[in-house]
Amino acid sequence: MNYASYIALIPLLPLAGFLLLGIFGRRYLKNSSGIIGTGLLLVSAVLSLYTAYNYFFVDGKVGDSYQTITAFKFTWLSFSENISIDMGIILDPISVMMLVVVTFVSLMVHVFSLGYMKGEERFPTYYAFLGLFTFSMLGLVVSSNLFQIYMFWELVGVSSYLLIGYYYDKPAAVTASKKAFIVTRFADLGFLVGILILAFYGETLDFKTLIENLTSQQSSQFLAITTASFVGISALTWGLTLVFIGGAGKSAMFPLHIWLPDAMEGPTPVSALIHAATMVVAGVYLVARLFPLFIITPVSLSIVTVVGVVSAFLAAIIACTQTDIKRVLAYSTMSQIGYMMFALGVSGYNGENGLGYTASMFHLFTHAFFKSLLFLGAGVVIHFIHSNEMKDMGGLRKYLPITNLSFLVACLAIAGIPPFAGFFSKEEILLAAYNSNKIVYGVALFTSGLTAFYMFRLYFSIFWNKQTEVHNHHGEGPFSMKLPLVILAILSVLAGFIPFGEYVSSDKTALQSHFDPMFSIAPVAFGVIGILLAMWMYKKESLKAEKISQSFGGLYKAAYKKFYIDEIYLFITQKIIFNLIGRPAAWIDKNIVDGLMNGVANTTASVSGFIKGIQSGKVQSYAIYFFGGIVALAVVFLYLWK
Amino acid sequence: MTASQIIFYILAAFILGTAILSVTTTKIFRSAIWLLFSLIGIAGLYFWLEVEFIAAVQIVVYVGGIVVLIIFSIFLTQQSGKEMLRPSMMRAITSALAVLFGFAFTYFLIYKNDFKAGDKSFDWSVSKIGNQMLATGENGYALPFEVVSILLLAAMVGCIVIAIKTPVAEKQDTIDIK
Amino acid sequence: MTDIPISHFLFVSTALFFIGMYGLFTRRNMITMLMSIELILNSVNINFVVFNKYLYPDKLDGIFFTIFIITIAAAEAAVAIAIIINLYRSHRSIDVETAEEMKY
Repeated sequence: MNYASYIALIPLLPLAGFLLLGIFGRRYLKNSSGIIGTGLLLVSAVLSLYTAYNYFFVDGKVGDSYQTITAFKFTWLSFSENISIDMGIILDPISVMMLVVVTFVSLMVHVFSLGYMKGEERFPTYYAFLGLFTFSMLGLVVSSNLFQIYMFWELVGVSSYLLIGYYYDKPAAVTASKKAFIVTRFADLGFLVGILILAFYGETLDFKTLIENLTSQQSSQFLAITTASFVGISALTWGLTLVFIGGAGKSAMFPLHIWLPDAMEGPTPVSALIHAATMVVAGVYLVARLFPLFIITPVSLSIVTVVGVVSAFLAAIIACTQTDIKRVLAYSTMSQIGYMMFALGVSGYNGENGLGYTASMFHLFTHAFFKSLLFLGAGVVIHFIHSNEMKDMGGLRKYLPITNLSFLVACLAIAGIPPFAGFFSKEEILLAAYNSNKIVYGVALFTSGLTAFYMFRLYFSIFWNKQTEVHNHHGEGPFSMKLPLVILAILSVLAGFIPFGEYVSSDKTALQSHFDPMFSIAPVAFGVIGILLAMWMYKKESLKAEKISQSFGGLYKAAYKKFYIDEIYLFITQKIIFNLIGRPAAWIDKNIVDGLMNGVANTTASVSGFIKGIQSGKVQSYAIYFFGGIVALAVVFLYLWK
Repeated sequence: MTASQIIFYILAAFILGTAILSVTTTKIFRSAIWLLFSLIGIAGLYFWLEVEFIAAVQIVVYVGGIVVLIIFSIFLTQQSGKEMLRPSMMRAITSALAVLFGFAFTYFLIYKNDFKAGDKSFDWSVSKIGNQMLATGENGYALPFEVVSILLLAAMVGCIVIAIKTPVAEKQDTIDIK
Repeated sequence: MTDIPISHFLFVSTALFFIGMYGLFTRRNMITMLMSIELILNSVNINFVVFNKYLYPDKLDGIFFTIFIITIAAAEAAVAIAIIINLYRSHRSIDVETAEEMKY
């Protein structure tokens, strides 16, 4: 099957959209830019589905396992005979799955934005940025080379910066976009160092060859990388941990999560696309891509697990206290990605042991659908009420029937209630955790209860509870805003039934998933308890919530203030880094470096001023110089010239 | 020490003494007069060297012409009794040192050199000078003579052109440039 | 007359030359500068006559040079006076430091 003929179109069509709308959009294509962007992406999505169909069902499988197909490759920069930066497209189960997810969710967001962003002054620019983002993300998931993924990683960061700061006249949005970019860039420092370590010892940057070199126990590269060590830890562990730090930054894992809640300043469809379904899962994708290497370094893998669990738990607690609906969803995203991370962390390799890997990817797949649905629904609510705060909302089920129903479906999915999609994926994660580490299992179980609680707190606060008076007369929104909600809701119901293990697994052979009803009782029970608690507290207007929060006292306050992590960061950067490093560096630059240059210039100027004085116009001075010159020349020629 | 030697040294001292006075005095008219004496001293030296013709030319042209010209221009341009400005101390000392160094250097070269004296006697006469001046063959000075006469003509015309007063109408423009 | 060595004559002329130089460097008055230049020219004249008489007595070239130098010195002094008078008209002073139009 010749993939190369059309596979490059999938990322390039959104790029064409970016260039077209970016250059010509403001002047010529103001009204049609939405249609153009959506149309290009529709073609891309259809091509991705076709690729998926071909890969999974027609000829991707050779023998028992799926093959990694390199659709094309060309060498861009060659550093040495082995290490070179190639641009290539690789097709294997996770990359094809991601192609489908990214293009599909992006398409839904494009359609939704037709209605949501209508009337916006910079409408074409918005669609151009969406195209750029989609191109970068698609390039990231099909990268065949470690450096290529880094390049697209940075491009995704830039697109995210542009989109978060879309409303650039709001200072909060500008600050948020800067924060996102700086935090992820800082994490990418670790990523780059990790890449360099791996490339140096592995002697190649290509994923396939790198994994082959470093996993076979007899290869020279494996020997080199495991014997070289720094502070007692082998170079392989260092490399992978640093790469994971880069991934943790992009996926908003603790403690690099501070940018994600602030990133909600961007338009809501952008949050649905970037901060729910696609960009934030890039870190998980990276770990999955390098999974064979992570398996042989248990230290790195346990770091992944710990970070994932802590993020999941912490985010769930904070989400219980937030009042801005988008912030609740942001913390929910952080929590769910934590689930995906620790699922990878507790996974093994080969067959049954690789359950965690499959579960993580499955959860990524289903989460994309119901989380983007939640964000789009929140977008409809915000569009209707013109406010983000829960206290301004209530009883909206009368005005927004379709949103009410789809939001409810998504909340049931995320809470893990059968037969919705989230149940299947979350249950597999919990099973993988149970099989390897009971503590992780316990924390994850408790967190899933919290998840159900805060999601239904959100649902009831918006659509039930008190009755708000609504004065505007526009309805739920145009058809372009309702259609994606319906499609995503249907998928949130059906996606769980896909036998994911058949297609995606750690060693690319089919994984039989067992459905164990006895095991599922515990998670479902926790979920139902969470829902009932939320219903008791929030369905009717009452003071129960306030009384309970007061009884928690200091803990509630700490959670509401997001555990003061932002304040700690601010302290470290302002008091320590700025004062101890920034200010002296600026002083040195201004006084010593600049001073040196200015000194040179001033000296030159004064010397030239002095020399200028020789041209005084006084004839006698000229006579003296003349005479002096003659005498000097006479002395030189008579005595010194040999 | 013969008398002629003594006379030579007296003449030399006179020449140098009046020259020094000429360049250092502050009153301009006195400076011109010391110059006059110095030139007369040089004429005397030519007489002592038995080249009377040159001595005569010196007195007629230099003393009688140039110094008189200088004195006229002093009268034309300023009060002759007024004190002149002295040079700054820095300038005076620097020039004195430079000049002394130059003099020492040059005299050192001269002293080192061995001048081979000629052995014939020096005989000249005005008719010989005249004949050679107008001769056109080898050792003839007809060409320089003609060139110098043209130069004198050019100098005369040039002086008139430079010093001529501009017509009254344009005179308003040539106000003080200072 | 032959028992005064040539170097003594040359001492006189060299000293006169450098006295003229000193006057040229130091005097602020244009006319006194002209006078110093005349001293220099005279020192050269002495040199020519002395060399002619003592080193090349069979030729008369030194005398001719002296005659021509005196002639040209006269012409030059006349032109210099004309220039000085012109400058005096425009600057109202014969101080050489007022004529600094060649300044940067």
